[in-house]
Amino acid sequence: MKMLINVPETVVADALRGMAAAHPELAVDVENRVIVRRDAPVAGKVALVSGGGSGHEPLHGGFVGPGMLSAACPGEVFTSPVPDQMVRAAAAVDSGAGVLFIVKNYTGDVLNFDMAAELAEDEGIQVAKVLVDDDVAVSDSLYTAGRRGTGATLFVEKIAGAAAEEGRPLEQVESLARKVNENSRSFGVALDACTTPAKGSPTFDLPAGELELGVGIHGEPGRERRAMMTSREIADFAVDAVVDDLDPRNPVLVLVNGMGATPLLELYGFNAEVQRRLAERGVPVARVLVGNYVTSLDMAGASVTLCQIDEELLRLYDAPVRTPGLRWGV
Amino acid sequence: MLDADFFRRWLTAAAAAVDREAERLTALDSPIGDADHGSNLQRGFAAVVAALEKEEPPTPGAVLTLAGRQLISTVGGASGPLYGTLLRRTGKALGNDAAEVTGEQLRDALRTGVEAVRTLGGAAPGDKTMVDALVPAVDALGESFAAAAAAAERGAEETTGLQARKGRASYLGERSIGHRDPGATSAALLVAALAEAAGARAEAADV
Repeated sequence: MKMLINVPETVVADALRGMAAAHPELAVDVENRVIVRRDAPVAGKVALVSGGGSGHEPLHGGFVGPGMLSAACPGEVFTSPVPDQMVRAAAAVDSGAGVLFIVKNYTGDVLNFDMAAELAEDEGIQVAKVLVDDDVAVSDSLYTAGRRGTGATLFVEKIAGAAAEEGRPLEQVESLARKVNENSRSFGVALDACTTPAKGSPTFDLPAGELELGVGIHGEPGRERRAMMTSREIADFAVDAVVDDLDPRNPVLVLVNGMGATPLLELYGFNAEVQRRLAERGVPVARVLVGNYVTSLDMAGASVTLCQIDEELLRLYDAPVRTPGLRWGV
Repeated sequence: MLDADFFRRWLTAAAAAVDREAERLTALDSPIGDADHGSNLQRGFAAVVAALEKEEPPTPGAVLTLAGRQLISTVGGASGPLYGTLLRRTGKALGNDAAEVTGEQLRDALRTGVEAVRTLGGAAPGDKTMVDALVPAVDALGESFAAAAAAAERGAEETTGLQARKGRASYLGERSIGHRDPGATSAALLVAALAEAAGARAEAADV
């Protein structure tokens, strides 16, 4: 597999140097792997820190900026960052109002953020944590590590970020973040596996003419393999999986998310089918976001995330945001 | 008696084993994980060896505690905190001051370390994790280092037939059956390195 890299060992550091060059509004510490809003700490404001393995860009580093994250900690590709990064990030952005850790529910991320929270509290930083676990493809949570955190992470970071920007206290920002997660569900499909730089070949074999239903965002295979389906059939399957689980009574935010290698042309076509199916299921749609936001390197495929909202959540979603990956109202 | 040098040899042997087997660990991590177990542990154990050379911790407990901290600070993922906790808690159980420890003390300390891993990760034997290699290894350590290595290897081998209930492989449900667990495999390498370090002590190898 050909890749636009120098050597696999420096992929993350190279990307961080490039990010620093492209975004002077961010302070990028390449050596310690922390991306921080340059104006942090913002007096009186709760800070939001997230992080996770690299390979999901723009998540999380691309969501650092006014209205969203205060800092992000990128790990190695598909590998949780280490506690030292999160503690460093928390110390850099804490104004005294406390820090919210936004953690996708993967064993590695949970363990490292737990350790970091303890260490940060030892340093006198007030820390709250919210877990994102929106992936309905993981059905049997009792016998697994629980549902994975995927597309809903964008909604959690956006809405909690807006609440923090308004000057809300830590416990309110935390409970809003939790509310967004509880009201969000996702389902993903892969048409092709992705290739990690370290391995250099696809992480799993997906024969031509087949697709994986219920994939995560780390190149792990899904729950089920089927003969290739049309955009219409995939939309029916994904929307039904999400709607059956969420059972929304209120309008929803929709994220039609590309996994990295699926062109926007296909994503928009897929969104048309998603919207058709949502209408057939009687789900009112408040906002739609289409694009590559929570990716899995060069995996081909897409995910659908729905987030059930009320007036307050919609207002916070619509609030201004200025980050490399998401930008409106400013 | 086992001195700081013995523990340095153990971790150096572990680093060499991880280097040697990195591609295999990553290959095992591909069908049921995310294809990075080998490279992550390589990075971590290289940092361990570098830190041990630089800081020259004087006691067995200090060697293991430093190594554990290095793994936590450099590996990431789940294996960083889990292996880091294993070594750190084993080291703490040995204490910072004793210049030498007995085989029996090491066995008790390792038991404490493995317990800490189980508490942190929430895994029980049979969940298809590193615990499946570590628990039988500690049980067999009373017999000999070689027996512990053999028990760890057997435990790792037997994960092939298990369905994963923890970690990323658990998302696959029944599809995780038929694949050997990469974490149990690297845990068996760690125990084999312990036997290797003990073997270098010739006839005094057994506990």
